[in-house]
Amino acid sequence: MRYLSWIYLVACFVFILLPVGVLVVFSFQDGRLPVPPFNGPTLKWYADITSDRDLMAALFNSLLVAAVSSLVALLLGFLAASGLARVVLPGSTLMRAILIAPMTVSYLIIALGLLNYFNNIGIRPSLLATGIGHVVINLPLCFAILYAAMGEHQRNALRAARDLGAKEWQVLALVSAPMLAPALGAAFFLAFTFSWDEFIIAFLLTRFDVTLPVEIWSMLRSGLSPATNAVGSLVFLVSVAVVVLLELTLFRKVGK
Amino acid sequence: MRIEAHEKKVGATLVAPALLWTLAFFLIPFAAMVWLSFSHMEGRDIVPGPDFGNYIKIFTDDSLFRGIVVSLEITLTVTVISVLLAWPLAWIIAMRVPKRWQRLALMLAVLPFWTSYVVRSYAWALVLGQKGVVMDFLTGIGLLAEPIQIMATRSATVIGFVHFFVMLLTLTIYANLVQLSPNYMRAAQDLGASAWQTIRLVVIPLTLPGVITGAFLTFVLCIGDYITPQILGGNNELTMPQLIMLQLGRRGDFPMASALSVVLMAIVTLAYAGCARWLRMDRV
Repeated sequence: MRYLSWIYLVACFVFILLPVGVLVVFSFQDGRLPVPPFNGPTLKWYADITSDRDLMAALFNSLLVAAVSSLVALLLGFLAASGLARVVLPGSTLMRAILIAPMTVSYLIIALGLLNYFNNIGIRPSLLATGIGHVVINLPLCFAILYAAMGEHQRNALRAARDLGAKEWQVLALVSAPMLAPALGAAFFLAFTFSWDEFIIAFLLTRFDVTLPVEIWSMLRSGLSPATNAVGSLVFLVSVAVVVLLELTLFRKVGK
Repeated sequence: MRIEAHEKKVGATLVAPALLWTLAFFLIPFAAMVWLSFSHMEGRDIVPGPDFGNYIKIFTDDSLFRGIVVSLEITLTVTVISVLLAWPLAWIIAMRVPKRWQRLALMLAVLPFWTSYVVRSYAWALVLGQKGVVMDFLTGIGLLAEPIQIMATRSATVIGFVHFFVMLLTLTIYANLVQLSPNYMRAAQDLGASAWQTIRLVVIPLTLPGVITGAFLTFVLCIGDYITPQILGGNNELTMPQLIMLQLGRRGDFPMASALSVVLMAIVTLAYAGCARWLRMDRV
């Protein structure tokens, strides 16, 4: 039983880590195909991709769309959660349901709906259109996280601030937001990750300026290449570095 | 009274932007899409409905109906395999791995999350190809005389999906397992249950709500995904999302794409209704 457990654990880890391992190893392949035998190592493909203008532009576009759309989703979600946590409005339950609803629909269907709608009202496929779509998918997430984080304790503090003469915006910006800082951080981080990695909405709603996943998609059309491995590995290694950094700094502090 | 009215006004003002956004960019586009699904195409023009032509076609046209069957088969296979693989893994991490290593084990188990979704499917294409490492290894040790075709078949799609959902389910099931009080297990053992009986009769039933929630999530995400079958599955059979994209691409047939989307939504809703009484979304 005990032995079996460890064998199973190792087998699962091999399965889980195999594709990423192969991806990274063959990004150093000295040859035209990222398959065995491994000749290398070389950094040639990394030099190739970092000097690829389209790719770097796509990387920048992705960062821009992810940052702006997450901030908008966070702001809208924060305001809505503040409003609904504060008073019971007629139709509160319905409002919550409407705000959460996009979570239950697959991205492809949201993308299709928006594509058709934007065609009709004259918004062209662009980074703006994609950003709007990303706010739609991330708003429910931000709202749900922040709404769950607002408790009775918070409500009392906000009431106290108001009684002491703080204006509405001051209560939100100077009392509520700092109190919710961990939840705000978590929501932003999640929203950013989802937007950064989102493919289908960006694929349907961009045309000339594309995001990184769409650019990688078009690289796949030319078949297997160590250059694609290099892009994938770079994204992977940078993400892991960021996560480890966050883990060591931010979350450790919160934990203590 | 006046204070309460004021409070309500402020509350409504705060909710309004998010509601308007959801209305303008989700509810209205969604309603328009449903309405459009009752139109049909004649040449390049959309003939407004309402008519049920698209829906009749979906259920009578062989290539379209086949998409529903293929999607359901793949999704159910993936969901079952993923749960069966993830449960023991989560259990081993929660119960066998020493406490101080658990966090590390869990982070390793979800490490590939940090590369992009498209790249993950591409990596599997790399691994499973005729010249890929798996075939290289299997023919190298003499287990296979010739490489066999896995890439561009349904097996490749299933493997790619299972990889992703094992990670997801391990997380949710692990979260469930560590919440269990060890007293339940202790009590079962005191009453004479063997280790296996404890797992089968106590631990598994207690994690069932979490497992079903995770399985539902797997079902929903899997059946709506375009990337994995498109990269790994080849051209022999198409899933519903692939058919939807095909309608958009080839003829710009928005009405048919919309109708297929509505059917996809209906399947997800049915699945939800089927396991609603076990679902506890707040526990994920």
